[in-house]
Amino acid sequence: MEFNITPVMIVSALAYLVLGPVVGCLIAGIDRKITARMQGRFGPPILQPFYDVRKLLEKEPVTVNNGQDFFVMAMLIFMIITGCLFFIGENLLLVIFTLTTAAIFLVLAAYSSNSPYSQLGAERELLQMMAYEPAVLLIAVGLYMVKGSFNVSDIISGGPIAVLPLLGIFISYIFVLTMKLRKSPFDLSMSHHPHQELVKGVTTEISGRSLAAIEVSHWYENVFLLGFIFLFFANGSILWGVIGIVAILLLYFLEILIDNGYARVKWQLAFKWCWKITLICSGVNVIVLYFLKMYNLV
Amino acid sequence: MGTISFLILFPLIIALILLFVKSDKTRKPIVIIGAAVIAIFSIILVAENFSKGSLFFFPHEGTTELLSLGFGDSKLSLIKGDAGLASEILSYAMIAIEAVLCLLIVVLGIKYKKYLASILAIIQTPLLIYFEVTKGHEISIENNFYIDKFSMIMVLIIGIIGSLITVYALGYMKDFAHHLKEGEKDRNPLFFFLMFLFLAAMFGIVLSNNIVWMYFFWEITTLCSFFLIGFTKTQEAINNSFRALIMNLLGGLAFCIAILFMGNYFDFLEFSALLDMGAQGVAAGQANPVIALVVALLAFAGLTKAAQMPFNSWLLGAMVAPTPTSALLHSSTMVKAGVFMIVKLAPLLGASSILDIGPGFMVMLVGGVTFLLASFAAVSQSNAKRVLAYSTVANLGLICACAGTGTPEGTWAAIMLIVFHAVTKSLLFLCVGTAEHNVGSRDIEDFDGLFGRMPKLATFMIIGISAMYLAPFGMLISKWAALKSFVDAGNVWLILIIVFGSAVTLFYWTKWLGKMVAIVANRTNIEEKVNKSEWFTLTSLIGLIIVITLIFPLLSSTFVVPFIEGVYAPFGTLVSAAIAEDNMIILVVMVAFILVLPLLFYGKTNKRVVDLYMAGVNKGDNLTFIGSMGQEEEVRLRNWYMDDVFNEKRVNRIGLIVTCVIFTLTFSYMLGMGITLYKMITGGAL
Amino acid sequence: MAYVTKSPWVIHYDGSSCNGCDIEVLACLTPMYDVERFGIINTGNPKHADVFLVTGSVNEQNIPVIKQIYEQMPEPKVVVAVGICATSGGVFKDCYNTMGGIDTVIPVDVYVPGCAARPEAIIDGVVKGLGVLGEKKAGNYKAAVVQADEEEVEVQSFGETTDDTAVATDKEEV
Repeated sequence: MEFNITPVMIVSALAYLVLGPVVGCLIAGIDRKITARMQGRFGPPILQPFYDVRKLLEKEPVTVNNGQDFFVMAMLIFMIITGCLFFIGENLLLVIFTLTTAAIFLVLAAYSSNSPYSQLGAERELLQMMAYEPAVLLIAVGLYMVKGSFNVSDIISGGPIAVLPLLGIFISYIFVLTMKLRKSPFDLSMSHHPHQELVKGVTTEISGRSLAAIEVSHWYENVFLLGFIFLFFANGSILWGVIGIVAILLLYFLEILIDNGYARVKWQLAFKWCWKITLICSGVNVIVLYFLKMYNLV
Repeated sequence: MGTISFLILFPLIIALILLFVKSDKTRKPIVIIGAAVIAIFSIILVAENFSKGSLFFFPHEGTTELLSLGFGDSKLSLIKGDAGLASEILSYAMIAIEAVLCLLIVVLGIKYKKYLASILAIIQTPLLIYFEVTKGHEISIENNFYIDKFSMIMVLIIGIIGSLITVYALGYMKDFAHHLKEGEKDRNPLFFFLMFLFLAAMFGIVLSNNIVWMYFFWEITTLCSFFLIGFTKTQEAINNSFRALIMNLLGGLAFCIAILFMGNYFDFLEFSALLDMGAQGVAAGQANPVIALVVALLAFAGLTKAAQMPFNSWLLGAMVAPTPTSALLHSSTMVKAGVFMIVKLAPLLGASSILDIGPGFMVMLVGGVTFLLASFAAVSQSNAKRVLAYSTVANLGLICACAGTGTPEGTWAAIMLIVFHAVTKSLLFLCVGTAEHNVGSRDIEDFDGLFGRMPKLATFMIIGISAMYLAPFGMLISKWAALKSFVDAGNVWLILIIVFGSAVTLFYWTKWLGKMVAIVANRTNIEEKVNKSEWFTLTSLIGLIIVITLIFPLLSSTFVVPFIEGVYAPFGTLVSAAIAEDNMIILVVMVAFILVLPLLFYGKTNKRVVDLYMAGVNKGDNLTFIGSMGQEEEVRLRNWYMDDVFNEKRVNRIGLIVTCVIFTLTFSYMLGMGITLYKMITGGAL
Repeated sequence: MAYVTKSPWVIHYDGSSCNGCDIEVLACLTPMYDVERFGIINTGNPKHADVFLVTGSVNEQNIPVIKQIYEQMPEPKVVVAVGICATSGGVFKDCYNTMGGIDTVIPVDVYVPGCAARPEAIIDGVVKGLGVLGEKKAGNYKAAVVQADEEEVEVQSFGETTDDTAVATDKEEV
C-alpha cells in the first residue's frame, strides 16, 4: 500500500483551510454588494458576511435538542474535508461523495429538530440533491473520458481543454450551480439573506454559533464549487489557468444575474428541469463523447 | 471434503431435529448450538482452504489423494480418487427426492388452484429425471465440489449471517407465536426446520461443482422460500407464495434446459468445465452459440432468483413472511444465490469475450434497468419492508449489471456489493422486524420519534441506513467501483442508469434516516421488551458492518482480487481492484473518523434548550400548537413520496415492458445465430 | 465594539394594526431607504433575529404570539414598537379587546411613534435600538431600557410627530 503525502498537498490543504473562508467571505460580500447594485441599492459593506458570522458567534447559545449541533458540526467538518481532498488533487468521485455526505448531514440536522419548517426545508433540500446529483456525477465521468483520470491533480495538470468536448456537461453544471449556490430560482430549501422562504427552511431551528458554522461551511463550499469550474479550463498552461479564473468570475457574475432575474420556482419544476437538462445536455454529451472516443476523434 | 459434507449435512440434521421439537425451551439450546457450530465450521472451512486457492473436491475424504498441478502462475490443486460410485448413489437419491418434491408441488398447485405451478413442475422434473436416467449417468463427474475465494466469501455470509438470523428468529418467533389467534396451531417447528434446511441447501449451491447437484439445492431453496412465504397461511400469503414459486420454477426450468444442453452437447455436467470451455472458446476466437445459450439460460435462472424485473414482484410479495425469513432468504442469502450464479458466469458474460451480444447484454441491461426502476419505486413506498425489498431488488440489479459487464473491475464491484449488502440489509430487516413487534406497525411514518422510544434500535437503523449509501461506508465504495467499471467498459447506458439510480437511492434512504434522527418530544422508552436473542444478533451485525468497513481493503486484497485473478487468468485480462489503494485508505480513515465523531459530540450540549418554531403558538410541548384560527393543532410530519413522479405501478409496468423486450431480443438473437451456424455446418438443411 | 450592532437582523410582527406601519416597515427595505446598508436584514425567523419590530396594538389573541416570538429570540435582543398603536394602543386603546401598547406584554426598548410611522423614523428607531443592543451586550441591560423609555415617551402623540431633519442627521451619524 502506498500513500504519498507530498509537501504540495499539505500546503494546498492548509491554504484551503485558512484562505477558503476568507475568500468565501469576500465572495459572499461582493455578491451582496453586486446584488444590491443590480437592484439599485447601495448595499451592505463588503465585510458584512463577516460581521454577520461574528455577531452569530456572540449571540446566546440556544438549541432545540441535544442532537442537532452534532450534525451541523459534522457537516462543517465534512465540507472542509471535501474541499481539502479537492484542492490536494484527490479522486474526483471521492470528492463528490464526500460532498454528498456533508450535504446529507445538513439535511439530517434539519430533520433532527422535528420542526415543521425545518422538515419541509430538509425534504426540499433532499429533493434538490436528488435533482443535481446525476449532473455532478456526470461531470466526473465526462472529465474522466476526456482526461483519462479521476484525479483532480491529473485533470488540471494536462490533457485537452475539457470545456469544448464537455460543453453539454458544462451547461448542466451552470444549471446545477444555481442550485448549489442557493440562488433564485432554486433557493427552495434555505433562501439567502433578504428572503424568507419557509422561515429559512433548513436553518429554521438553528441559531447562534451553529448558524455561524453553517455560514462558514457555505463559504468553504462556494470556494470549492467555483474551483470546480476551473477543471473545465485547466490544461496545465498559465494562459488557460488565467482563462479559467476569468471564467469563474464571469460565471459567478452570471449566477448573480440569474439570482436577481428570476422568481423562485416550485420544487416540482426545479426537479423536472434539472433532470431534463441533465439528461439532454450531460447525457447526450456523454453519449457523443463515447462515440467520438470509439472512432478516436478525441 | 469432510468439512464441506459436514456443512451441508449438519444443518440438515439440526433441521430434522427441530421439526420435532415443540417447546420453546428445548428449541432454544438446539438452535443456538446449531448456529454456533455452523458459523464455526464455515470459518474452519475457509481457514482450511484459504492458502490453497481454488480447489476441487470429491464427496468422500477417505478415498481421495491430493495432487498439485501447476496452472499458469496460480497453483491449482486437484483431488483425485474413485468415489464415482458414491456420487452416483447420491445423485439418484437426489433425483428421488426431487420426484417427491415435484409431486408435492403438483398436489399443492391443484389444491390451491394454481395450475401453472403444477404444470411447470410437471415439465421440468420428469425432463431432468429422463435426462439423468438416459444420458446423465453416462457422464462421469470428476469433481462434485469446488471451492474458491468467492465461494469462501459466500460460505462466510451464509455461515455467519445465516446463523445469526436463526438466533434472532428464536426471540422473534416467540413473539410471533404470541400474536397467533386462538386455536391456531403453533407452526414454529416447521419454521425452524425450513430455516436450517435452507442453510444446508445454500451451502450446497455455493459449493457444488456438479451442476445437477446445484440444481437440486437450487430447487430446495425455492421450496423453502415457498413454504416460508406461505407460512401464515392467509390468502395473501398463499397467493404470494405461489407467485414466488411459479417465478422461481420458471428460472428452474431454464436451469434444467441448460443442464440438458450441457449434457447432450458437451458431455460434461461440471460448472468448472463450462467456464474452461468458454475460456478456450474466447482464447481461440470462436463463438459457440450453444455455450452462449447455456450461459444465457443459467443467467436467466439467476435473474429470476435474484428477483430482477419483470420477476421482482415475487420478492415484494415475499415480505408477508416473518421478518427473519425476509432477512435470511430474501435479502442476504437466497437471492444472493442468483447473483452468485451470475458472478460465477461473469467471465463468459463480458464484452471481452465473443459472447458480447448474448447473455452479457441481457444480464447487464436487465440488471441496470432493474436498479434504476426499483430505486424509483422505493421512493414511493412508506412500508419499511417494501422499501427494503425494493432496495434489495435494486442492489441485486446493480450487482447483475456489474457482473454483466464481465470486466474484472465490474466483478470486483459485484462481489463487494454482495458482501456489504448481505450484512447491512439483514441488519435493516431485523431492525424493522424488532421495531414492528414493539411499535405495532411497519410503516416508516409510524416510526416517528423512534429515537426516543427505542434509542438503541434507532441508532442501529441509523448505522445500517448510512452504511447502505453514505460515504465512506461499504455500499458506496462498491457503487463507486461500479461507476468506474461502467465508464471503463464504455457502457454509456449503464453510466446514465447508475448516476440517476444512485441519486434516487440517496433520496429514499435519507428521508428514512431523517425519521430516525428526528428527536420528538415526550416519547417513553419501550425498548426493554425486546428479546435478548434479538439484541445479540443486531449487535453482532453492527459489529460485522463496522469491522468489514474497516478491513475492506484487506478483504479486497486477500479474497476478491485473488479470485478475480484466478478467474480471468485464462482470458489474459489484466486485473486490479477497481479503486486505488490510497483512496481505500482515505475511506477507512473517514470511517474511523465518522465513528469517533458522535462519541465525542453526540448528545452533549451546554446550550439552553428552547422550544420549536411552529406555524402558530407552540403549546410548550413541541407537539401541539395554536393555529391561526385559535384552534389547537397537533404537529404531524410526513415524508414525501412523490407518487406522481415515481408511481409504483407505472414504474413496474415500464420495467415489465423493457425487460421483456431485452429477454426476447437476446433469446431470439441467439436462436437466430444458432440456426445460422447450424445451417452453415450442415450445408443449408435444417 | 459589539458585532451585534453591525448586523442587526429584524423580525417583524404585526399585532393588530391597520397595516399602515407594516407597509412603511417594508418600505425601509426598498432601494429608496435600503436598510441593508447597515447590515439590517428582515428575517422571518425569531431564532435568527436580534431586533423585534412590532406594529399595531396588543389584543387578547396575540399576547401568546408576541410573548413566544420574544422568548424564542436569543439574547441580546431589543424590541422596537413601531407606530402609535404599538407604543400605546393609539386610537384603539380603549377598545374592549385591546390591551394597549406592546409594553403591556413584553419589555420594549425603543418607541417609534407615528401614524403611520415614517420609514425614516423606523430606521431611526432601529438604529437607536442598536445602541441598546450594544449596551445589552456590554451588560448594561437595565439602564438601557429605562433610558429608552424616558427618551421616547415624551414624544408620544398622534399625527406628525417625528422631525424629519432630526432623523436625517441621526442617519448620517450612523
